Amino acid sequence: MNIMDSIIVALQALRANLLRSILTMLGIIIGVAAVVAMIAIGRGAETSITSFIQGLGSNVISVSPGSSRFGGVSGGAGSRPTLTLADAQAIRDEVNHVDVVAASSQTMAQLIAGPMNWRSTVTGGSSGIFEAREWELAAGRLFSEADQRGATKVAVIGMTVAENLFPGQNPVGKMMRVNRVPFRIVGVFAEKGSTAFGSDQDDVVYIPLSTAKQRLLGHGRLSGNRVGTITIKVSDAEWMDYVENETRYLLRLRHKLADGEEDDFIIRNLAQILKTSAETTRVLTLFLSAVAGVSLLVGGIGIMNIMLVSVTERTREIGLRMAVGARSRDILNQFLIEALALSLLGGAIGIVLGALISTTVAGLAGWPSVIPLQAVILAFSFAAFIGIFFGLFPAQRASRLDPIEALRHE
Amino acid sequence: MTQPAIETHHLSRDYQLGSHIVHALKDVSIKVAKGEFVAVIGPSGSGKTTLMNLLGCLDSPTAGRYICDGIDTSHMDRDDLAKVRNQHIGFVFQSFNLLPRMTALENVEMPLIYASISADERHRRAMDALAKVGLEDRVSHLPTQLSGGQQQRVAIARALVNDPAILFADEPTGALDTKTSYEIMQLFQKLNDQGRTIIIVTHEAEIAAYAKRILTFRDGVIESDVAQNVKSKEQSA
Repeated sequence: MNIMDSIIVALQALRANLLRSILTMLGIIIGVAAVVAMIAIGRGAETSITSFIQGLGSNVISVSPGSSRFGGVSGGAGSRPTLTLADAQAIRDEVNHVDVVAASSQTMAQLIAGPMNWRSTVTGGSSGIFEAREWELAAGRLFSEADQRGATKVAVIGMTVAENLFPGQNPVGKMMRVNRVPFRIVGVFAEKGSTAFGSDQDDVVYIPLSTAKQRLLGHGRLSGNRVGTITIKVSDAEWMDYVENETRYLLRLRHKLADGEEDDFIIRNLAQILKTSAETTRVLTLFLSAVAGVSLLVGGIGIMNIMLVSVTERTREIGLRMAVGARSRDILNQFLIEALALSLLGGAIGIVLGALISTTVAGLAGWPSVIPLQAVILAFSFAAFIGIFFGLFPAQRASRLDPIEALRHE
Repeated sequence: MTQPAIETHHLSRDYQLGSHIVHALKDVSIKVAKGEFVAVIGPSGSGKTTLMNLLGCLDSPTAGRYICDGIDTSHMDRDDLAKVRNQHIGFVFQSFNLLPRMTALENVEMPLIYASISADERHRRAMDALAKVGLEDRVSHLPTQLSGGQQQRVAIARALVNDPAILFADEPTGALDTKTSYEIMQLFQKLNDQGRTIIIVTHEAEIAAYAKRILTFRDGVIESDVAQNVKSKEQSA
């Protein structure tokens, strides 16, 4: 008996009991769909975190002021403006393996341009801020060292701000008011998209730090030489921990903190944090995939169960096939192919279903939809393995039937 | 003279039933020439079914030799016996044993699948076989859409499709009414007239009367072996 005929015979048998075949496949369909969806969603989340890291700028360490503490009452992060421009300068001068050190201060501001208005975060950045945070231009120019020195009223805006203030126009060269102070827009950033956590990275305005100090920050806690954030770009990923430790040491020294005293600043090694969160996602994905794998296993047992019932039910048919010349191997093949067809067909449907689920979830979460080929291959081959593994026992049982007994079976 | 269709030498078959052994068939030696039409009769437990299973290569003897269509089957394994069944033997059963979800044509084609014959050739031969039993206009019917007599004809076509040397029929009319039984027996006679060797097992004298030779079994041995005048076709029609 050739293999094509075996397949046809097996498919005929499955078609003959369509409802049962579909129900049997359901276990595999759900299992495979779950595995594919879990891996794809996990991978999507990971990709989005990775792109977020890249959006923040790679190899970036950020230092922000710590919390104030008066008699045990914590004022929360940033409540004690401890960082100064001199701190930034010191890091630049004294810590090795540092490419760029930039200082910045942020505030929320109302933006007005003609009839349009918009509320956004305005960042006053020292020179180097664009390099540290890896901003690229879509149009116009960045502000220069001269702008910093002269505290000129120029701004570079993100895509979201541009779309809201100047819909359908090129904003470069246009004026806008930031808290009533007129600024000239000199450039527009290239789009970065939203982060893994849904915040819009393009909803930004950058102005020179000196200008921000003079015009926007006034006499608040970020006035004078105090800055909100120091952003450090490390020359290579391998020096991240080194730079973090050196910076901490240097700042403790400069802030005259005694041993045992808490830091009055917070160092965020962003890449580290996000790597950890990517790792967490991966572990979670693995865990969920394992759970999905269990459902595949249960699906496999379902196949075995139904195949055993089928063998018992079709004992006479098996007897007849043997009587007219089917060898044990032919019967074995027939039932094995039936089991395999159930699991592979279930696997294929499951992959499609899993892809649909993960695309939907990715769409809702705003993640890129990534259906990794290896997940598809993994799920499919696991389904095939389950078909063979759980099909073998019933198939062997069928192939070892005695034709006389089988024909007499009621 | 050519070799006989069936030749057994001291064929015995014992069954282990609990602690004691049942001698279902004891030292049976028979010879059936090609073109014979033999009816095997006897009460239940006489060994006729056991003999049928052995001659049909569904079972192996405890002792003795069996030469089927010139092939010594005595030391064959399951798969070799399957091949002999496929190539040299056709079966007709009391309960037809058609696969319910397959058409008449597909049912008839089935033995050819196991002979690894191409789909086109299978189709052609199955159509031929169905024509021989007068069902050429029922090829795409399911068994449930056919009468009992038609179903048995499909089963006969299936038995004939591989052009076997011997046709075995086990109570082929047991599930049919009298009129249909006669029609089926006439079909067997017609096939026998065309040269087919036929062996049927029955307990009905009426049915046995269609055969040319009657083997009577009792207690695992041949009680009598007589040639007879064949019941004429006109008589029963």
